[in-house]
Amino acid sequence: MEKRVTFSNYWLAGLFIAPQLFLVFTFFYWPTGQALYWSLTLEPPFGGGNQFVGLQNFMAVFGDAHYWDSVIRSLVFALGTTAISVGFATVLALFADRGLFGHSIFKFAYFLPYAVPAAAVGLAFRFTFTPDAGIFGAVNHIIPGLWDPSRNGGQALFMIMLGQAWKMAGYNFVFLLAGLQSVPRSMIEAAAMDGAGVFRRMRDMQMPMITPTFFFLFVINITDSFVDSFGMIDVMTRGGPSRATELMVYKIYLDGFEAKDYSLAAAQSMLLMLLIMVMTIFQFRYVERRVHYN
Amino acid sequence: MVERTRLFDILTQIVLIIGLVILFTPIYIVFVAASHDFKTVNMIPMPMLPSGHLWENLTKSWQQAGFSHVMITSLIVASGVAIGKVVLSAMSAFSIVYFRYRLRLIFFWLIFITLMLPLEVRIVPTYAVAANALSPVQGVIDFIASYIPQVSIQLPEWNLLNSYEGLILPLIATATGTFLYRQFFLTIPEELAEAAKMDGAGALRFFFDILMPLSKTNMAALATIMFVWAWNQYLWPILIVTDQAHYATAAMQLGKVVPGPSFGEPPVWNTAMAATLITMMPPLVVVILMQRWFVRGLVATEK
Amino acid sequence: MSEISIRGVMKSYGRNTVIHGVDLTIAAGAFAVILGPSGCGKSTLLRMIAGLEKISKGDIAIDGKVVNKLEPRERGCAMVFQNYALYPHMTVADNIGYALKVAGVSKDERAKRVNEVAKSLALTDYLGRKPSELSGGQRQRVAMGRAMIRQPKVFLYDEPLSNLDAKLRVQMRAEIRKLHNQLGATSVFVTHDQVEAMTLADQIIVMNAGRVEQVGTPSEVYRKPATRFVASFIGAPPMNLLEAKVTGRTEVAIGSRHLMTPHHGLANGQSLIVGVRPEDVSSISGETLNVSFVEELGAQRFVHGTFEGQDFVVQQPPSDSSDKPATVVFSIRPETIHLFDAASGLRIEPVSVTAPAPAFA
Repeated sequence: MEKRVTFSNYWLAGLFIAPQLFLVFTFFYWPTGQALYWSLTLEPPFGGGNQFVGLQNFMAVFGDAHYWDSVIRSLVFALGTTAISVGFATVLALFADRGLFGHSIFKFAYFLPYAVPAAAVGLAFRFTFTPDAGIFGAVNHIIPGLWDPSRNGGQALFMIMLGQAWKMAGYNFVFLLAGLQSVPRSMIEAAAMDGAGVFRRMRDMQMPMITPTFFFLFVINITDSFVDSFGMIDVMTRGGPSRATELMVYKIYLDGFEAKDYSLAAAQSMLLMLLIMVMTIFQFRYVERRVHYN
Repeated sequence: MVERTRLFDILTQIVLIIGLVILFTPIYIVFVAASHDFKTVNMIPMPMLPSGHLWENLTKSWQQAGFSHVMITSLIVASGVAIGKVVLSAMSAFSIVYFRYRLRLIFFWLIFITLMLPLEVRIVPTYAVAANALSPVQGVIDFIASYIPQVSIQLPEWNLLNSYEGLILPLIATATGTFLYRQFFLTIPEELAEAAKMDGAGALRFFFDILMPLSKTNMAALATIMFVWAWNQYLWPILIVTDQAHYATAAMQLGKVVPGPSFGEPPVWNTAMAATLITMMPPLVVVILMQRWFVRGLVATEK
Repeated sequence: MSEISIRGVMKSYGRNTVIHGVDLTIAAGAFAVILGPSGCGKSTLLRMIAGLEKISKGDIAIDGKVVNKLEPRERGCAMVFQNYALYPHMTVADNIGYALKVAGVSKDERAKRVNEVAKSLALTDYLGRKPSELSGGQRQRVAMGRAMIRQPKVFLYDEPLSNLDAKLRVQMRAEIRKLHNQLGATSVFVTHDQVEAMTLADQIIVMNAGRVEQVGTPSEVYRKPATRFVASFIGAPPMNLLEAKVTGRTEVAIGSRHLMTPHHGLANGQSLIVGVRPEDVSSISGETLNVSFVEELGAQRFVHGTFEGQDFVVQQPPSDSSDKPATVVFSIRPETIHLFDAASGLRIEPVSVTAPAPAFA
């Protein structure tokens, strides 16, 4: 889309866009280039310039079993939280779309969790699920030792997944409801005239019509699970027990800022950026084009 | 909706109320835990009704974590990000939409691509720039100067560690707002710009007299969502702030109110939950007050 | 009062040419209407006069001064837009006075002139309102007021009445013409509505596909359409256009029927288009129309059908009977016939035949 009417004082156009370009260049493009440089070089232990080592850092990353563990863990985490969160939000949105009495209050209340800082979500869930206090620890009274996320890695990961899913549910709800409300009323009525009941209509009409929303949320949720999980992991498990909750971003943080191995962290950063870019481009190029009903 | 049977209406309400309960339980637990004394909060399970120690826990936690100071820091950072975004993205979107110059599309894509990669996935490189924010510019100057003999320009260093600029600027450097404004500007009828031109207004006048007043709702939406987003930042502040006494933000304090999971000593849950409550209140209040704008911004920016 | 002269003006977007060379003079103080179907380039031409659109080739001069390079504000034009283009966040007074504010006119002076304009448009009571609180007609008036306040040499109207309902449109049409007479500036009015064009204009410019088809007074355009396109565009229902062949020096054949024409020296065998307005058809028997349906309008009725296998419409006086007759008899009076060359579409004048009349005067 283009404007037909434009202005012609180009120095003004330049002046207006300059600050944003400066920030983007300084905090985005230059650092990204820098990371690429680091990922291809090694810093000698006794000073001096960086030495070009080709793909050695990447090889080191690929050869590291912990790295692959973190990738798989991240994917499990991402897919799991997305499924829980989007599924939950879909149910709520389908019912909230009926617009009965009091629904505006529900709608308003549902997205509140999205405004809660990830670190606060982490603490709230850590307390709720702590084995020796809180709420969920009560199961240990029935079967002693059943629940202990500080020892059981699977339980720890599950606990963080719940937190992330909880945080994103409201966000997903907002988009799903908007998607449902853009389905033409007349189409629902036509389906009703054709004899389709409520649940049939949900399945045959509404769900297919919001497929684009699902795909959009799918990508956003996965990206977000990489990004937002950091605060949660840091206050809940610090990546433990024994690396069981060490997701990709957290591992980059540990390698780069705790172990101070910038080259290794940079290589992992590049890989993560590549992954996210591929996913986003996939969404733009492929999904958006295939799943549209206009 | 077509069906209006009583039974289905009741089912609908039940499902939605269950949803509400699930989504509110964690917040409620935080509130209840923050209202108990040390002994009751450690009972298993914790009693689910609030008791009377809320104020006491809040004050205690407020002092322990130095909230008087961190809240102000967070407020400055979140407002700075919100205002910076609102202003800078309006300007850059105006340049991209209302002018037609050769570099326009390149600029648009340069800015647009930043939508893809959140700060968290590129912390390592961004952190490296923070030590001297002018190093990229210096790099460009050095590169150009290498082709011109006997010229060298040395910029001063601009260290962003432990500074408000460091907390704010990298968060502004993404395309969210630019994209939002661009979409909005494209919906403004062409005739409005034409009418302004016929009335003798130039680009600047049009921007300030027509475009900005019309963008008020977008500004509110963008500012709300950016305020909340910046307030909730965790990873970037813990990297860039080493001077905890002066530049710690509220969210990053939460990493310290409870000892790590493997450090043995039992956490003081009631004050920890009080701190959690204090930290999540400002974004919640903003969202409650600015409800309409927040949802609109969420949908418009697609985050 | 300013004359507008348009010389060899072309407009293209890349390879796509939308205006193919227009030459035109609009007399000072005239009310000129540019009429044409959508997409004919009429709005583009207007916007080039306004300075909102670059001129690809040729010159536009206002008052003898070429304005190609001037900004809109420097051309002395004011414009009323199709959807009014009022500033939604400003009051009526601010909308009207905005041009003066930009020009740096003092606040008192501005208020005074806004009041004068508002008074002449009966908007005084609405000065404090926002555009969204006004009716369509009131918005239209504000748009006019915004144009008037600068006392421009030229008023440009881009289909300003198309968003109004039928009744209001008639009323605003009269007001616009009255205003034009009072202000004495040159007006250029773009529309696709021929009734608007006929009732408002001193001079009608009919455009089609980026070209001017005819320039003339309303009655010239109606009585002597210069091209087949103008003939088909003006008149409601439009002129009947029948394919015909020349069969003699003053005779043409439509199918099996032969007609005398006032034209002389037609070339035998030449393909022509014969034009007859429904209202010019006489009820004397001669030809036969196979009726397909009847449009009853009260004051008259239009009988649609086929004549010699081609669509044909006949106007009849009102009738009490609501029957649809199977056939209707009519005859074509030679003096009402318009002839157009089948290939070029140009009008063939009754007297001279060998050289077709020029496309536009």
